[in-house]
Formats: sequence, C-alpha cells, structure tokens
Amino acid sequence: MREALTLRGNNALLTRANPLAKFVSVFLITLVLALSIDLVSASTALVGELALFPLAGLTVRLLWQRGWPLIIAAVLGGWSTAILSADSGRILLDVGIWSISEGSLQLGVGFMLRGLAIALPAILLMSCTDPTDLADALAQKAKLPHRFVLGTLAALRLVGLMAEEWQTIGMARRARGVGSHGSPLQRFKAMLGQSFGLLVQAIRRASRLAVTMEARGFGGGRRTWARESTYSRLDVWVLVGGLVIAAAAVLAAQWAGTWHFVWLKQPN
Amino acid sequence: MPSPDSGTPAVVRPAAISAQGWGWRHAGRTTQAVHALDLDIRSGERVLLLGPSGAGKSTLLHALAGVLGEEGDDADETGSLLVDGVSPKAQRGRAGLMQQDPETQVVLSRLGDDVAFGAENLCVPREEIWKRVHEALDDVGLRNSASGNFALDHPTSALSGGQKQRLALAGILAMRPGLILLDEPTANLDPAGVLEVRDAVGRCLDKTGATLVVVEHRVSVWKDLVDRIVVLQPGSSSSAGGSTPAVLLDGDPDTVLAQARDMLTAAGVWVPGYVPATRPRSGTGSGSGAAVGSGAGSSRNGGELLLATQELAVSRERSRRRGFKTIPPLPVQAGLHAEVLAGQALTITGPNGAGKSTFALTLAGLLAPVSGTVTAAVGLSDGAGTDPFKWKAQQLISRIGTVFQEPEHQFVTGRVLDELMFGPKHLGHGEERVDELLERLRLGHLVDANPYTLSGGEKRRLSVATVLAAHPRVLVLDEPTFGQDANTWAELASFLSELLDAGTSVVSVTHDQEFSSVLGGTEMRLEPAFQGGARQEAGAA
Repeated sequence: MREALTLRGNNALLTRANPLAKFVSVFLITLVLALSIDLVSASTALVGELALFPLAGLTVRLLWQRGWPLIIAAVLGGWSTAILSADSGRILLDVGIWSISEGSLQLGVGFMLRGLAIALPAILLMSCTDPTDLADALAQKAKLPHRFVLGTLAALRLVGLMAEEWQTIGMARRARGVGSHGSPLQRFKAMLGQSFGLLVQAIRRASRLAVTMEARGFGGGRRTWARESTYSRLDVWVLVGGLVIAAAAVLAAQWAGTWHFVWLKQPN
Repeated sequence: MPSPDSGTPAVVRPAAISAQGWGWRHAGRTTQAVHALDLDIRSGERVLLLGPSGAGKSTLLHALAGVLGEEGDDADETGSLLVDGVSPKAQRGRAGLMQQDPETQVVLSRLGDDVAFGAENLCVPREEIWKRVHEALDDVGLRNSASGNFALDHPTSALSGGQKQRLALAGILAMRPGLILLDEPTANLDPAGVLEVRDAVGRCLDKTGATLVVVEHRVSVWKDLVDRIVVLQPGSSSSAGGSTPAVLLDGDPDTVLAQARDMLTAAGVWVPGYVPATRPRSGTGSGSGAAVGSGAGSSRNGGELLLATQELAVSRERSRRRGFKTIPPLPVQAGLHAEVLAGQALTITGPNGAGKSTFALTLAGLLAPVSGTVTAAVGLSDGAGTDPFKWKAQQLISRIGTVFQEPEHQFVTGRVLDELMFGPKHLGHGEERVDELLERLRLGHLVDANPYTLSGGEKRRLSVATVLAAHPRVLVLDEPTFGQDANTWAELASFLSELLDAGTSVVSVTHDQEFSSVLGGTEMRLEPAFQGGARQEAGAA
C-alpha cells in the first residue's frame, strides 16, 4: 500500500505540473459532471480524460489495477439504474419484475459514464502527484496553515504503518486464542478488541511522532521551504485543459439538448 | 531571516547543561519522575546516563529537548534546568532528540525531504538547507559511503531500522544542534544496526564537537565513546525532609563501573564483560557447546518430532487482487526444511530482512505458507489435523504458543490476572498453573495492574506467562531478549532452559548468541533475499 503512493519511475509530463493546478482542473471537471446526469456531457468528459492518460503515465492496465473497485462500482450503479428506473420508450428486456426500456437504459448508461468520468480524474490526479508535493503546494501556494498540512502529511505515513500493524495484531491475538472463528457476535467482539489494540498502538506511535516533529523545531509560526512549489507554463496548460474538458462537456450537452440540472425534475 | 543559524558557516557551538534542584511531575501523577536533580554538564562533554527504569532518564532527555509538557496541563516543575543558561523550551533547535522506535523517527516519505524537515522549521534559507542535507547524509553514511548510497528521493519506508536511525541523526545534524540527545537509540536494532548507529554518532561528534547525552542499557556499546557516566536513581519526593539525591554516581566510565559494578548488575544494567548467571541445561538436550546430531536436517536426538516443514516458502503478504487476477506474494524465503523436537531448542538466526520472523510465524500456524507444508505430528496435533494454520485459535494456543516481539500486541484484557486466566478460562482447564507462573515470573505483586502500565521487563515476563498458561508443547518466541535488561534476560533464559528440560520445544528467533547458547540445540541460519533457501544446520547454537 505504501509503495502505491510513491511515484518513482513515473516520468510522465503531468508529474511535473504543480499539484494545485491539477487539483483545480480536476475540481472543475468534477463540478460540471456533478451538475447534470446526461450521456453526452459524461461521455465527452470521459473521452477528454482518456486522452490525458498517457500524459499522466497511466495505462489502461495500471488504471484497472488501481481503480477497479471504482470502475466496477460505476458499472453496477449503471446496471441497477437501468433495471430499476421507471420505464419509458420501447421495452428491450423484460424478466419478471425487472425490465429495461430505451429510456431506462439511456439513464443507466448515463449514470455509469458519469460515475466513471467523476472517478477517473481523481485516479489521474493521484497517479501523477506525490503527496509531499501536494502538501507543499497547499501550504505555499494555497496558503493553508503549514502546521495542519504537514501534520496531515506525516499522519498519512502512519496510515500505511497501521495497515501492517493490523495484520500483526491479528496474528498476535490469534496466538492468544482470540480467533476469527465462531458466531458473528464472537467475531464482532474479536474485531472490536483488535481495533482497540490498533487504536492503542496508533496513539502511542502518533504521540512519539509528535515528539519527534516538535524536537525538530516543528510548530513555530514561520518556516522556510526546502522545496519551492512553483508554477510553470505547463500549469497554464493544465488549467486550460481542465477548462476545455469541462466546457466541452457542457456545450456538447447543450447542443445535443440533453443537459439538465440534477435538481430539476426529469423530463419524460 | 530572524534565525540565529542563517548565513553562519558550519560551526557548532556545543551546549552546556545546568540542573539545580530540578524536578518534574507528569500531569496526572502524584510523584515526581525526577526529583531534586543537581547536575552540570560542560560543553562538549559526552555523557552516558544509567539507572533503573523509573529513574527519570527519558524525562530528563525530553526536558532538555524542550518537548516536555504542554501549556495548560497540570504538570509540575521545580528548580531549574537550563541549556546555556536559557530554558530549553525557549530555544528550538538547540538540541536534537532521537528516540527508540525507528518508525516514528521518520517524518516524511522521501529521504532528502526528511533530513531537511528540521532545518526548514528553523527558517534556514533554501540553498543552505540542501547544503546541510548533503553534508549530513554523508556524515551518517547514507550517501557516498560503503554503508549506504541513497538518492534524495529514496523512499524512507524502504530503509532498515539502523538506516532509519541514521536518517534521524542526519535530520538532527542538519539543524546544527549544540546538544545531541539519544534515548535508547539502538534498543530496537540488530547487532549490525547497533554498530552502524554508534559509529555514525561517534563520527558526527568528532566532527562537530557537540555535547552528547545518551541513555542506553548496553554499556559496552557506548563506553568507549563517552567520557563520563552518570547513574540516576528514582527520586523520593517524600516530604519527610532528607530526600535522596537524583544522582547516585558520577565520574569517568572506568571509575564508575568499578565502583558500582555490583549495584549496576543488580539493577539489570549490561555492564561490559558481565554475563548474568543462568540455570544450565540438564536434560538430554545439548548443553552449550555439544554438537547435536549429524547430517543437516536429521538432528533427531531422542526428542519426539512435533512439527516439520517441507519445501516451505514464506511471506507476510497475502495474495493480492489485481482486477480479476490473484497474484501470490513473492516469498522472502523458500525451500525451508526444519524439524521441531520435544525438549529441544531451535534457534533461527540471520541478518535483518532474511525472513526469520516470517518463517517462525508460519511455523507457528499464524501465517499461511506460500507453498510447501507445515506438518504437525500426531503427538502435537492430538486430533486437530496436521496443518496448524487451519487450527482454530483455541486449538492452536494449547499446542503452539507464540510470544511476539512487542508484548503489547498480545494484551487482550485490562488486568494482569485476567490476562493470565484468559487462555485457561477459554480452554476450560489449566487455571491451577497460573499461580505457579505468577510466582515463577515474579508477577505476583502486579495481579491487579493494567498490563499496559507495566515496565518493559514486566511486560515481557507477562507475555511469556500468558502464552504458557495455555500449556503448549511448542513455544515460539520472536526476539524475546530485545531491549531487555540483564535481570529479565537471565530470568527468561533460565526459565526457558527449565521448560526445555521438562520436554517443551522452544523455537526462538534471535540475534542474541549468549541467549541461544544457554538454550543449546540446533541453529538454523537464514540468509537474506531469497538465495535458494537455507537448510537446517546441525551444530551447537
């Protein structure tokens, strides 16, 4: 899990862009897609995002490896929308209580594509952005308080450690006779105990880490930055790219007449 | 820049320490952790702090580092403790502190960033920071050195324990502190790591001339590096007038060690050249020095075969899902053959990262083998099937007991007595043995205490006792002597030798040669990084 967070070996163009610019672009695209459920805007954005993949050093295989739970969730969401939403138009499939009509199929596919189009930018962002660089940009460029940003960053490192600790505590407790066998209630109690053990260790680790950081002078009002977070011409292109994809999605949907805000009633 | 450091050349001004009647009571405690301490340390001196646990050594280091107490908590300070005549809290970066747990000495995920962290906080200008980062990494031997040459973006999570501690030292050096404080810096490291860190500290002190205060049980590691030993004793803050002074002994290392040898050994300090007396093995198992068996893997010497591995490959990781595919983990060791015999010790040795613990945990039925088998003989399995990993937890504990390196991982209740009764209660038998264990491992006076509040040695003894309360025929221990004082060490070694003579089989993962020679039996040495596996070698451990 901790390896998944490092970017070593990824030399793609977008790794050199400022994380804040990437963040803003992703936010723009996501915002637009969140506003409307329709096939056209979602698929336009999706095509634009897929075109960016090589620039972030992502391949379809890598995307599947990292994002398969999101992808499967989007497909399942689309499927259930298609079979459960109110029918309209020609009935395509009718199996007892489930039926798929032209209208519900369209809605389902739109739902799925929208899910994908919203999930992809996040995967894209994380696969070409180092958490440390993101923290630098948030503190230096977005002027968020550095105590908060760096504290969160250091805590993020501990999360990976905690995953290993969870496994160790699980084994240690099995060696005491607390097993993952038995009734659901017993299992639940065993889980609760293991969580408590993890909590104790997490608090110990966190307080030792806090001492380490304080002993290194952390917590003062001012500090310098060894890594300067800078903008370059690339970041203009990243913002333009985000704007173009977002605008293209809106305009295409307007042109096709499919755009409608999520909070408006569905037209029939 | 308002920093005292900015722009100045790489000169370190060693710090002087002065404590006068200094005392500290932690928030929520009734007695003082340190009481009436009078101590002067001149600039550039190198001091080893000794004393039994509870003497307030860590508290003193934390105070000197300026990280003791929060504003507004009800902790209590008496007297004065000054660094260069000023309160430590008022001068960030004057002292650098290294603690025991390597994992929490690393702050950031890339090597260079982590070293820069302290200097950044002290407002050192950027160009100067990177100059210091390079220099500090050179000094601790993590760059351009035989003991390490890492890129600045090397992931810190991929470093060994000794490397992490040297990284922490580099981060401290980059702040250019006049005072270096080490709180048991090598207690969690293997012997190679201990020397790595000790030598790096020595080189850096020679170069900077900074003052050193180090707390450590193993005197022999630091004796030649320090020029003064101070022995502290627990303060008595009784208001009945004449309180005992916090400093018991103070002087040059040889004098103090000669004067106080008996007192120090009685307090469990590892004085150089002292191996605590232990109970010798008497049974059929080999005493130290006697060779066991003949051919590799066939050292059956009378003891009944309890557990055996065949072509075993081990890994801590589970199979990973990648989309629809399931990928088995890459084993850290493969082709392992071993036999565990009743009344015999099996010692697993080898450098860090060789997969010793992983092998032991697989042997103990806690990890699933990647390939190959772990087979329990009928005498051990007693109707539970041959694969220990498939046993239910309660079947496991009455057959194979495992003591983890970190005792706290195994605590399941909030009271020492409940902790000991836990196994027997669930098994429905063996409660009568608890009293014997309480007495034998000197836990009788602690029955009502919370396990988490015990000292390191007490926690270790408790974790061994709780596992033995279920009466397993095989006992597996992961680094049981790590960070233990000499008294706990001797008790543990004697107790295990008794168990062996009584027919229990003891499998231990250890770097501790003295310990394995007390237990005798067979040594199995694992080499790192999957080099075709290791065989069980016959011979005295």
